[in-house]
Amino acid sequence: MWRQILALIVKELLMVLRDAKSRAVLIGPPLIQLVVFGYAASFDLNHVPIAVLNHDRSAASRALVAHFEGAPAFTLVATPANALRIDPLIDSRTVEMALVIDRRFSRDLLTHRPARVQLIVDGRNSNTALLALGYANSIISDFSLSWAAAHGGGAPPAVLVTRALYNPTLDSHWFFIPGIVALLTQVVTLLVVALSVAREREMGTFDQLLVTPMRPFEILLGKGLPGVLVGCFEATVIIAAAVWWFGVPLRGSLLTLYAGLVLFTVAVTGIGLMISALSLTQQQALLGAFLFMVPSIILSGFATPIANMPDWVQTLTLVNPMRFFLVIVRGVFLEGADFSSLASQYWPMALIGLVSLAAAAVLFRHRTG
Amino acid sequence: MRLEGVRREFRSGKRVVVALDGVTAEAPRGAVTGLIGPDGAGKTTLMRLVAGLLRPGGGGIEVLGLDVARDPLAVQQRLGYMPQRFGLYEDLSVRENLDLYADLQGLPPDERPARYATLLHMTGLAPFTARRAGRLSGGMKQKLGLACTLLRPPELLLLDEPTVGVDPVSRRELWQIIDDLTRNGRMTVLFSTAYLDEAGRCDSVWLIHEGRLLGAGPPAGFTAEMQGRSFFARAACNRRRLQAELAGLAGVIDTVIEGGRVRVVTATPAPPETAALAASLPRFSLAPAPPRFEDAFVARLRPEAPPAATAPVARAAAAEPAAAAEVISVSHLTRRFGTFTAVDDVSFAVARGEIFGLLGANGAGKSTTFRMLCGLLPPSSGRLRVAGFDLRHAAAPARARIGYMAQKFSLYGDLSVRQNLRFFSAAYGLANARQRERIDWATAEFGLQFALDATAGQLPLGFKQRLALACALMHEPDILFLDEPTSGVDPLARRDFWRRINDLAEAKVTVLVTTHFMEEAEYCDRLVIMAQGRVLSSGTPEAIKAVAKSPALPDPTMEDAFIATVLAAAPGEAA
Repeated sequence: MWRQILALIVKELLMVLRDAKSRAVLIGPPLIQLVVFGYAASFDLNHVPIAVLNHDRSAASRALVAHFEGAPAFTLVATPANALRIDPLIDSRTVEMALVIDRRFSRDLLTHRPARVQLIVDGRNSNTALLALGYANSIISDFSLSWAAAHGGGAPPAVLVTRALYNPTLDSHWFFIPGIVALLTQVVTLLVVALSVAREREMGTFDQLLVTPMRPFEILLGKGLPGVLVGCFEATVIIAAAVWWFGVPLRGSLLTLYAGLVLFTVAVTGIGLMISALSLTQQQALLGAFLFMVPSIILSGFATPIANMPDWVQTLTLVNPMRFFLVIVRGVFLEGADFSSLASQYWPMALIGLVSLAAAAVLFRHRTG
Repeated sequence: MRLEGVRREFRSGKRVVVALDGVTAEAPRGAVTGLIGPDGAGKTTLMRLVAGLLRPGGGGIEVLGLDVARDPLAVQQRLGYMPQRFGLYEDLSVRENLDLYADLQGLPPDERPARYATLLHMTGLAPFTARRAGRLSGGMKQKLGLACTLLRPPELLLLDEPTVGVDPVSRRELWQIIDDLTRNGRMTVLFSTAYLDEAGRCDSVWLIHEGRLLGAGPPAGFTAEMQGRSFFARAACNRRRLQAELAGLAGVIDTVIEGGRVRVVTATPAPPETAALAASLPRFSLAPAPPRFEDAFVARLRPEAPPAATAPVARAAAAEPAAAAEVISVSHLTRRFGTFTAVDDVSFAVARGEIFGLLGANGAGKSTTFRMLCGLLPPSSGRLRVAGFDLRHAAAPARARIGYMAQKFSLYGDLSVRQNLRFFSAAYGLANARQRERIDWATAEFGLQFALDATAGQLPLGFKQRLALACALMHEPDILFLDEPTSGVDPLARRDFWRRINDLAEAKVTVLVTTHFMEEAEYCDRLVIMAQGRVLSSGTPEAIKAVAKSPALPDPTMEDAFIATVLAAAPGEAA
């Protein structure tokens, strides 16, 4: 039995390797995506275009504007002459934010009264708006502190000192790139598995397989294991790139990471086999794979935290293996998490894997007649 | 239409495939020219070149006095082209398909009613105008495709394999339509087919093989040169043995089993020296036979006598009990898909060592029956037993006793020949020395030595088919299932293939074969004729042909018998 499964696995891998197209699909796009996502996917704002309307025109107000100009997060692109000009700038998306400095700004500062500045943000992209506000707030509070220190104003009643654990500079690449390991592994594994059976169905070779003495269960294993192998290989390449190219620290043990990786690819393989059991053609398999892939990424916590989702959606995410693997991969990379702290992430993936493989086996029996 | 040294190559990956190699021929106006050759001969390429859809790599094509390469649009205005798979919209009705093509071809609305009436009458589709095209039979679809092509009567009509896979009754009707078209009009028809027996219906024939023109001219000319070279041999012994004996005679270039007799073709117009055979075989007789077009084709491909047949497929005829044991039995087998009954109450039995055929057109239910027998599809009702098992529920080892060769090439085209052999032998549980031994056997037996590292998908059709058979035989099955095994291969490859199958049958392997080739049915020991899911008749080829025997038709062909059987089963309703 094992010899037959092994023959099937060797055949699957040979087919992937001998076909120039599938070879390219396996190596090219994931690497390109890694580089593109690695640089593109980030919460950090850079060069947000802003407008400044300075009614005060004093040394103090110019110093505040200089703080904004000097921040890498902002680029000053417009200085409207009056408040009426601000709305069109935001409407046309020329600027994301406008800073309005009150006429009495320096007077209030010098008389130790609260000085007023106004921030107007484009709320259409709430995420960018919130981040921009946060940056602007910290620039203004920095300005206040240094002004108070230089001009002998009363020290503020409490000073906030922040220290970010695990990611001291709060570089969001450190958050995203481990997520990309999960994302790309899922894409590749799912496609390899979902398409392999559908392709054989299309070519008519699947019947040829079914009439051999192999049991459906053995065919399932022989079809699934190559997916796990390819997925793990792909993940290894991306992990290496994350560590040596993007410089994300890998603090935990590889064993912890790979235990999660294997369970994750098994679960994804099970889902891929279910999709291919239901599809008659490669086109259907491809559609099925994407039908699963898009929600699974959105409901995984890859970009938006699961804790922010409504309760019923949170319940839905429990069948999504990527949700669990994301915790593992981020935990191992940034925290150096160990087995015991991740145990609650391992067993759900194992369960999803078992259930989906069993379901795929049933569907195969059903579908093949 | 005139072709002058036409050449065309295709690039497939790094290889250059020569599809047409210097074809020079002429087709007379107002006549049917048959473009005849096996799959891969270059028929479709030639059609597309004539239609101006491809540019020739060399040479010139003149159609209706115009140079196709220079002015393809002007030529296309005046011709009608019906490709192999005509683009019917299956979800539209017959009428809607006609409307669509009338719009596409710019047929003025006021001319439509009269034209539709003519075409529908001619194709016999008038009662079905509201039916969806997808629900038509294969033959009716082809007729509808033809009607759509003929909406604006073209001066030149190109038909690419319109009769392949179509049941003989519809095939005859299609030919009737084509004859009418050329008789009372000035229409010229170029008709391609892989059926050699259709040559006789053409006014003129271009015989092509592997991109080269083997001969051109009226079909009578081809058969005339075979005069005195075709014979029927009979003897009161196993016909496969008779064939083997005859094939070994000097001067014999071809032997084919035709029902109970063997057709013999000689290299020169003289009967073979059969005195020795007459002495050793009981009641041996040899009579001259009318030559067939296929004899001429084979004689052209194989002017010399072939080398002595190789040793039969080595397979120890195991010492088993008497042969009469039933290996496959099917009773009241039915399979429905929704409301459609694909297989309707089919019963038959196959004995050990027998070659059993399921003969029928596309859509007759052969493949469905076949898939149920292989355990790929559960029956809706009825009972079936293969080697005493129902393969659907039998333990996997039962499947190790069958070999399966699917209709289209279904090995791994991306893998090399060696990898395919290795995989299939391993899938059947062969390992180590045994596996090596079987791979060596297959390589030697099927002449694959030089192709072992070639990618399977790029092999020529004949080689692919040999490889597929080799893979199906790796584990020495007792029962062999063949689905349309020689569809489209050239006559030599088909002979080679059947020689192996005959050897297997001699070694007591049971063979079940589906086919829509009437002549392939002649090789079977017994067969059933299927149409619309039902078994219409069963028996030996001789017995089935006897149905059509009449004073007017003393020696009916299998096709005559098929048509007689179908018409008898469903009077008035020509399938």
